[in-house]
Amino acid sequence: MMDLNQLTAHELLNKLKAKEISPESISESLYARIHKVDPKIKAYVRNKGQQEAPLKSQPNGLLKDVPITIKDNICTEGLSTECCSKILEGFHPPYDATVISKLKNSGAQIFSLKANMDEFAFGSSTENSYFGATANPWNLGHVPGGSSGGSAAAVAADEAIWALGSDTGGSIRQPASFCGVVGLKPTYGRVSRFGLIAFASSLDQIGPITKDVEDAAILAGIISGYDPKDSTSINKDVPDYTKSLNGDIKGLKIGIPKEYFVQGMDPEVKSIIEEAINKLKSLGADSKQVSLPHTEYAVPVYYIIATAEASSNLARFDGVQYGYRAKSDNLIDMYKQTRAEGFGEEAKRRILLGTFALSHGYYDAYYLRALKVRTLIKQDFDRVFGDFDCIVTPTCPTAAFKIGEKTQDPLKMYLSDIYTISVNLAGIPAISIPCGFTKAGLPIGLQIMAKPFDEEMLFKVAHAFEQSTDWHKVKPKL
Amino acid sequence: MKYETVIGLEVHLQLKTKTKAFCGCAIDFGQPPNSNVCPVCLGFPGTLPVYNKEALNYAIKVALAFDCQIQEHTKFDRKNYFYPDLPKNYQISQYDLPLSRQGHMMITSKDAPKRIGITRIHLEEDAGKLIHEADASLVDFNRTGIPLLEIVSEPDLSSPQEAFDYLTGLKSIVEYLDVSDCDMEKGSLRCDANISLRPEGAKELGVKTELKNMNSFKGVKDALVFEVSRQTELLQSNQAMVQETRLWDADGGRTIVMRSKEGAKDYRYFPDPDLAVFIIDQPMIAKIKSALPELPQEKLRRFVRDYSLTEYDAGILVSSKGDAEFSEACIQKYQGHDKKIMVNWLIGPLLSEANSRKVKLHELKLDKNELLSLIGLVEKQEISLLSAKSVLTQAIDTQKPVQVLIKEGNLSQISNTDLLQQIIETVIAENTKSVDDFKAGKTNALMFLVGQVMKKSAGKANPKIVSDLINRRLS
Repeated sequence: MMDLNQLTAHELLNKLKAKEISPESISESLYARIHKVDPKIKAYVRNKGQQEAPLKSQPNGLLKDVPITIKDNICTEGLSTECCSKILEGFHPPYDATVISKLKNSGAQIFSLKANMDEFAFGSSTENSYFGATANPWNLGHVPGGSSGGSAAAVAADEAIWALGSDTGGSIRQPASFCGVVGLKPTYGRVSRFGLIAFASSLDQIGPITKDVEDAAILAGIISGYDPKDSTSINKDVPDYTKSLNGDIKGLKIGIPKEYFVQGMDPEVKSIIEEAINKLKSLGADSKQVSLPHTEYAVPVYYIIATAEASSNLARFDGVQYGYRAKSDNLIDMYKQTRAEGFGEEAKRRILLGTFALSHGYYDAYYLRALKVRTLIKQDFDRVFGDFDCIVTPTCPTAAFKIGEKTQDPLKMYLSDIYTISVNLAGIPAISIPCGFTKAGLPIGLQIMAKPFDEEMLFKVAHAFEQSTDWHKVKPKL
Repeated sequence: MKYETVIGLEVHLQLKTKTKAFCGCAIDFGQPPNSNVCPVCLGFPGTLPVYNKEALNYAIKVALAFDCQIQEHTKFDRKNYFYPDLPKNYQISQYDLPLSRQGHMMITSKDAPKRIGITRIHLEEDAGKLIHEADASLVDFNRTGIPLLEIVSEPDLSSPQEAFDYLTGLKSIVEYLDVSDCDMEKGSLRCDANISLRPEGAKELGVKTELKNMNSFKGVKDALVFEVSRQTELLQSNQAMVQETRLWDADGGRTIVMRSKEGAKDYRYFPDPDLAVFIIDQPMIAKIKSALPELPQEKLRRFVRDYSLTEYDAGILVSSKGDAEFSEACIQKYQGHDKKIMVNWLIGPLLSEANSRKVKLHELKLDKNELLSLIGLVEKQEISLLSAKSVLTQAIDTQKPVQVLIKEGNLSQISNTDLLQQIIETVIAENTKSVDDFKAGKTNALMFLVGQVMKKSAGKANPKIVSDLINRRLS
């Protein structure tokens, strides 16, 4: 018999419904696990603002009493929300993000400890957290990916039932891939961004990180939908995603973009992904090579647009109203000292990059040009989705790398998002699911992309794959 | 060398929408500091702005009233700069695709109509207010996020007086639209001016000065007058002009340097990714256009046509929406009579009552029915025009009914011929010289005799009847 903390949400819901278990027993089981493994993994933020709180019975709803772990950049009323940055020290928002309100309305229990992340979601390894790095549950010397590394590691290590992350350039899918769990980046506009502390507003989306595809479908259904508080959210009905979990992918047309399988690619990743594609074919899908010709520009375009938006989004952290304030005699020094002491190195790098890209004389050459190329990247996808139901790629070019391996070389770090970034630029949905392990025992993720608002396609394909494999059932030994 | 003046104005109007531009906070002035605020207008992490459709409608209304081209796809941009009254350290504004462009307004210059171009009208959010104390600076965010309309004129104004007239006209139009309080002293209308001089007839613009800190229309005019002479002096003595921003010091009656241009500020404008592109389609424009009220210029033309007013008089009446409505209501109440009589009352005695009390015509404490009855008594010759004017003054002062005031003052006109005949006999007896003059054909003598009768009757005699009676008696 498995411990409760190891179960998926849908398994817990069944047991709760059958009154086999109590909310308190879930709480006990989770905290026992956290006390045992989190000192090694550090998936949760443990600063003085974070308090353990036993789970209590919640109002009736679809998710009644199921606990959920939240990334530290999603506002939770009364609970510390610091984006793992010193500059937001002690910030307890007086409001819930819309996704949190939706979860509460469905009876879910918001876990009081927040998940670790790269400061302000700037990073691909969770090494940029002011509270220290998170370790990969599969190998403690490796990173869990990022920026939602805390959420992914907690789910993989059974320190969480499921979790919410945010994805700006791969921040859900890449850590899901590195940690061997399921991660969904919904269509831009599908999930309200209200209450998500912005990194890059035109790219950010909140999404689920779960132990299996069914949980991802359930959670996506809860958090999706139009929100009058977010003028970029789209007013479109949310389908019942669990209805897509029927396993039938016969005749589906899958595109395999040649630009994602280039020479010099990690041979282990290549063979695992090819095997996964063969599996999909054996389930009745047709696959064909396609081209997304502007793929090579995605990383530079992303680092211009994302940092430009970030430089402006992070301007509000100035010590005036909330968070950290450095001691100083005058206003200008207060601004300078607060930001110099409050932001970490990567945050400063991105603020400077973005400020530069928006500056007079550079705007046209960088920002405006990047917007134009972004349109071309989106058109690449539109063209392929005219003929294909989905696109399948690796989620990442490698398995999880070692802690410290790329911290000295930001460019190398940025390239670990090379397969995930285009999806955000195009605004389309994508999911990462476990599809194998390297010889060293690190998980590899398969990325499935679909056209805007066709999350159902992702769940259908991902579920069919999952049902015919056991990768998602393998647990790390801790 | 002779120089000509080139002025352009930048006006900011606070719109009086029910709620702020991008959040649900009520706009309610005079509240304790930081009480009309919410996480959105305070720029708290994770919050997002949402369009206020009312503010957009107001902005479109104003743009249409100034005959602007409306931008079909309008978007909002972030103007990035650090200042403690700006919670996000960027202002949501409009940069390269403003809501509207290429409008104009007519003013009268040297008795001829002159077209003043309007470069653009765009919507943005207001900042908070800093309060400086001896040991600290405080911020009040109540004003943060109130919708502001920026109206930028072309440099088409050629004198401080034209600038004053432009502002007066602009305010009048906006008041007609009922979208802003337009109170410069309270800050709901703010105006900065750009002014430069150039040799008469030159095409290129001279070095400009930006003027700030004016808090009345008169202040704008005074500051510009000062600048014209300051700049003329500099140019005539061949001194180099520097581009700078100067503050109007109303007490000292002069402008002082605030900052010189040390390279343009870089606000790093870029499209606000939190706000989707806003589409203003033709049906929406048509709907707003059809709901526009009659504007001052149209009303003026109609007053001239329908009420036989001179352009000048009509201009006075329509300059304030309230006055125009008051006047029109009075004229309509006076139906069946000669409109000209009512019009003369409005632009004559009533306007001078208003001016001497420093209020608007429609703010006079005078019941329209009382006014009507007063005019009626004059027309029926029951009271002289002279007495009527004094009754009007008292009626406004005391709010007593006209009839009561006439009775109290014993001001009823004497039209009783028997009574008048007696006075006339006395006057004739006392002024034999004038009687002889009259008989010799000197018409002035009649006027003199009538005047004597008026005097003896303490102004209450009906002059027309007196004149007739004397004429008949002496012929």
